[in-house]
Amino acid sequence: MITKKNYFPFGYILPAFLIVFAFRLIPIILSFIISFFKWTIHGPEEFIGLRNYIKLFQDPVFWQSLLNTFYLVVFVVPITLILSLFFANLLNRTKKLSGLFRTTYFVPTVTSLVAISIVWKLIFSPHGGLMNHVLGFFSIHGLNWLSEPQGIFTLLFGAMGINIPNAFGGPSLALFAIIIVSIWRSLGYNTIIYLAGLQNIPEVYYEAAEIDGASKWKQFFNITVPLISPTTFYVLLMTTITTFQVFSQVYLMTGPPIGGPLGTTKVIVYYIFDIGFGESQNLSYASAIALVLFFIILGLTMLQKRLEKKVQY
Amino acid sequence: MLKRYFGKGFSYFMLIFCGLIMVVPFIWMVSTSMKSQTAINKGSVGFIPIEFVNYYAHDGKKELCEIVDQEGYLTVINIYDKDRKTFKESYVKVPSENIKSSKHLKFHWENFKEAFTKVPFGRYFLNTLFVSFSVLIGVLITSCLAAYAFARMRFKGRDFIFYLFISMMMVPQPIYLIPSYFLLTKLGWINTYQALIIPWIANIFSIFLLRQQFKTIPQDLFDAAVIDGCSQFAILWRIVLPISKPILATTAIFSLIGSWNSFMWPLVMTSSDNLRVLQVGLSYFAQEASSSTALLMSASTFSIAPLLIMFLFAQKQIISSFISSGLKG
Repeated sequence: MITKKNYFPFGYILPAFLIVFAFRLIPIILSFIISFFKWTIHGPEEFIGLRNYIKLFQDPVFWQSLLNTFYLVVFVVPITLILSLFFANLLNRTKKLSGLFRTTYFVPTVTSLVAISIVWKLIFSPHGGLMNHVLGFFSIHGLNWLSEPQGIFTLLFGAMGINIPNAFGGPSLALFAIIIVSIWRSLGYNTIIYLAGLQNIPEVYYEAAEIDGASKWKQFFNITVPLISPTTFYVLLMTTITTFQVFSQVYLMTGPPIGGPLGTTKVIVYYIFDIGFGESQNLSYASAIALVLFFIILGLTMLQKRLEKKVQY
Repeated sequence: MLKRYFGKGFSYFMLIFCGLIMVVPFIWMVSTSMKSQTAINKGSVGFIPIEFVNYYAHDGKKELCEIVDQEGYLTVINIYDKDRKTFKESYVKVPSENIKSSKHLKFHWENFKEAFTKVPFGRYFLNTLFVSFSVLIGVLITSCLAAYAFARMRFKGRDFIFYLFISMMMVPQPIYLIPSYFLLTKLGWINTYQALIIPWIANIFSIFLLRQQFKTIPQDLFDAAVIDGCSQFAILWRIVLPISKPILATTAIFSLIGSWNSFMWPLVMTSSDNLRVLQVGLSYFAQEASSSTALLMSASTFSIAPLLIMFLFAQKQIISSFISSGLKG
């Protein structure tokens, strides 16, 4: 057996530990401290207690960016979930070309968000963009996409001649463009993950259901959906976390000014970036916002873990 | 039976449709990158870089020309010289009926060269390569060592440190961006390669993946090695790593994709042109050259290309890496 003398475990852990300690643990602790101080790039200036957090509650831009992020999550997560389960099901049933489909679906996952955003910005351009060209075939003309601050529901109902109050306008068309790109980007990965989950469901369940005369829909809802639920929770959690952190798409597709038109695409991570590294360089306030984001994500993660425990099959 | 065929057809239709949506942006990017800016500005949206070329047809000759103005039955044109770039004659008035136009397939490969030299993309490529491979080597070393200790050694505080690591993994990057910026400023690392490399040479997720793998290796193998007088490091190097090649490849792939596509961190931690990595360089290029769409698409194409080629060659391995890590994570 291995005796204690012939090895020195801390030596093995040390390199990783030093890095994690210095560049993960310390920054996280530091960000709490920074948020309670007036803090510049040179260091702390004065203790200000909870002033940043009070400021936060009165900051309309913060609420706006939280709302925008919320819109993003509310649209991207369920749509991605449903679409990826749908396509995974189709892929699971087909034999021919399935390798080719898997590869093509996966391409957006491995390409850089910067390049993707630049390409999609041009696709959404009202001058020579592909999107409006394609929509032209369906007699939809003149959408301004990334420079349209009006809500999608306002536009949709407006086209039918119904005016709806601003509060129910939904995300701006510009934000909707970012929603489309985010779904497009995450669809392939989640489809492949779902496909792997589906392939783990034993065939016998379906055979038994077939003998009992259950329809395909019944099989889907009573066998697939429950048995795939661990994958669903994983997909749900990962997509939620990534969507809360959307940055590159907003940074590269919108503006000038970034986050426009009228701040309707300003998401929380971009707001942190803007406060911390923009003109104001207010590290302390940016830290406070970042921590709020952290607790939102942490809270949602714990909520999902709890739900997952309740919905065990 | 009929219903079954219909179902199959529908499946394939939807799958192909979705597949097209996935790749069309890339195809459009490549095709736009090969168009001339004038053609794009005139509203060329299609996928094939077709241009309309005007000819001045007279005396059985066809001469390439550019239309300047239309005056009744007369058209004012500039006639190109044989090199197709400079004009032989300018502002010639000719009868409009002699002006013919034809479709013409033309690939503007020179866009790539122009985009590549307009800003120092070569330098950006080298920066990205240097950073990515330095990080990769660091990640492999630190992860193998730490994962081995976590999986195969017993010591005080092991589980505590491991769970501390795992809980760090849950913290999203934007959270530690601000304090890290302050820390790196204090260290004097802003605008250095260290800032892009050192904080990333330990990857908790890789440690986690490797630990899972190392735990599955049978204990007998270790006992035998110890009896033969192997040191712990020799066991790791001679036995554990050779049988863990697939998971090491997975770790390497994640590390490379992560560093190649990393954007927010280098954007914040570097400002000098010399240190720009590809993604940051591309984003600055997008701001500076926002009206030169053809060049922008060329730059996007060649910045995606290396990773895309790697993906196409190793797609089976890469996709299964993503799946296995997803299921374990």
